[in-house]
Amino acid sequence: MPDTLVKLEGVYKSYWRDSLEIPVLHNIDFEIPKGEFLALMGPSGSGKTTLLNLIAGIDRPSRGRILVGQENVAELSESSLARWRSRIIGFIFQLYNLMPVLTAFENVELPLLLTRLNRRERRRQVETALGIVGLSDRMKHYPNQLSGGQEQRVAIARAIVTDPDLILADEPTGDLDKQSAEDIMELMTRLNQEFEKTIIMVTHDPRAAKRAHVVRHLDKGELEAA
Amino acid sequence: MKVLKLIFRNTFRHPLRAGLTILGLAIAVMAFAIIRTTVSSWYAGAQAASPNRLVTRSAVSLVFTLPIAYEEKISKIEGVTGISHAMWFGGIYVDPKNFFPQFAVDGDTYIDLYPEYIIAPEQMEDFLKQKNAVIIGRRLADRFGWSLGDQVRLTGTIFPGDWDFVIRGIYSGAEENTDETIWHMRYDYLDERMRTEMPGRAGQVGSFIVQIADPSQSAAISQQIDAMFENSSAETLTETEESFMLSFVSMASSIVTGLQIISVLVIGIILLVLGNTMAMTARERISEYAVMKTLGFRPLHVVGLIIGESLFIAALGGAMGLLVTFPIARLVQAAMADFFPVFKVEPITLVLAVLASFAVGLMAAVFPTLKAVRTPIVEGLRIID
Ligand SMILES: Nc1ncnc2c1ncn2[C@@H]1O[C@H](COP(=O)(O)OP(=O)(O)O)[C@@H](O)[C@H]1O
Ligand SMILES: [Mg+2]
Repeated sequence: MPDTLVKLEGVYKSYWRDSLEIPVLHNIDFEIPKGEFLALMGPSGSGKTTLLNLIAGIDRPSRGRILVGQENVAELSESSLARWRSRIIGFIFQLYNLMPVLTAFENVELPLLLTRLNRRERRRQVETALGIVGLSDRMKHYPNQLSGGQEQRVAIARAIVTDPDLILADEPTGDLDKQSAEDIMELMTRLNQEFEKTIIMVTHDPRAAKRAHVVRHLDKGELEAA
Repeated sequence: MKVLKLIFRNTFRHPLRAGLTILGLAIAVMAFAIIRTTVSSWYAGAQAASPNRLVTRSAVSLVFTLPIAYEEKISKIEGVTGISHAMWFGGIYVDPKNFFPQFAVDGDTYIDLYPEYIIAPEQMEDFLKQKNAVIIGRRLADRFGWSLGDQVRLTGTIFPGDWDFVIRGIYSGAEENTDETIWHMRYDYLDERMRTEMPGRAGQVGSFIVQIADPSQSAAISQQIDAMFENSSAETLTETEESFMLSFVSMASSIVTGLQIISVLVIGIILLVLGNTMAMTARERISEYAVMKTLGFRPLHVVGLIIGESLFIAALGGAMGLLVTFPIARLVQAAMADFFPVFKVEPITLVLAVLASFAVGLMAAVFPTLKAVRTPIVEGLRIID
């Protein structure tokens, strides 16, 4: 039995709009072992992004516990959460969300500015990360000089450059053509197998989901039985 | 530094918008400096006043005169080291628009009381030799292209008739703020003609200039002079040269107050210009700031980026504005020479402009900062541009 990396216990989340409570997630319980590659599927509005945000510690549950490693994410203060996130989590967005004024190199370097690494060490790590995603020859390009698939690879490099334990990807291929999506999935698989990253990936794409070890379905805020 | 680079690139992300904002700030800062300089130039004459000089004039009003016989009495007061007299002439050179101050002064004593007037000794001798000689300031001579030996006719207003003069001396100021626009004619020229044409007005002067050894005695000596002529038919009012000059300036003080209000409004305009630009960037970058926070950056990092950008724009605009202020001030000086004997941008104006730019830079960042800090990450990520 491998170690558990992520554990959710009785997680409930609702939003308030004016005085109306909108429940989004109902009593979610599940565990993700270290090294897992999990695909999370479900219709739009079922709460997939919300679940990912809770695990990443950029949103807080209304009730319940979220453990990542030894940390109870729901109880950390904002600033410890930020520090924790920069070490433990790599986040990949559907729309890449690169900084348009920074080059590929600088975008990947951004999270490293929060570390104690010096310039040379940063450069080595950025080059390694961009090498893994196959963009060593695009380091000086700005996001608007790259294709969508290339932008997402830069975003993946940014997510892995700090060597995080857990990678959270929210529909990483949702905005890409078939071939680019295939490349990204190839890369995700490599990150899981070669670099032993634990991955939780939200996706609509059944072919993408096939790459995962486990597929879980979320519907109306409830996790369907495995 | 990476952060400075990011601030720099953020600033010029929309080059046209950034350029217009900086230009707007520059123009406003320049306007601020020029208005402030106008106000301070207004007071420049008073600032140039010597603490060693008192002015005695009629207690009733500036247009009333005093008998010249007072001079003898005032000079006997202890602490008085020199005395002279002057009379406002108010003549017209060709056209009333050519206004410049003209004083009929005592040839032997007046100029000696003004060590800040630098004049060649031989010109001084010429002035004393000829009754209708005048000594004029360098800038006045430049304004009408007059040089030594030129004959100039003025038409009297207070003292009717045509008056012919010869320019015998041109003085320059020892200090930067010395007034170089004054026309000094001889009092005896005026007085002799009055004696024959209007005997009632002879022997009268507009003011006495009283030199004192010790400025700390100015109040006591002023009181003593005024007490001396109390209950006479021509009571006096004695004050320091500075407050005497300020009494002229304050006649126009509502204009000055207006200008001061405008200079504050200009700062308000700068705030609106920069505030608007920063509010636009705040809206556009909400999702970027959310991404940075997701990566582990803390609100303080984001605040630094925003304030840095706002201050950077304010600094660029302020610096540009001050750079153009100096050539503009020279143009104003040239165009308005009749109004302002001195038109110089003072250090305090520069300091105020820099402080105002800095304050505006900080204030314009308040709204975007609050917005960036208060927007939850998930909220920011939902906003897709
Ligand atoms: N900040 C919010 N305020 C109000 N409702 C929200 C907020 N975030 C998400 N929701 C609602 O929660 C539900 C789930 O959203 P989300 O997690 O984004 O779904 P998914 O990613 O599965 O499409 C939706 O109905 C959405 O409208
Ligand atoms: Mg979603």
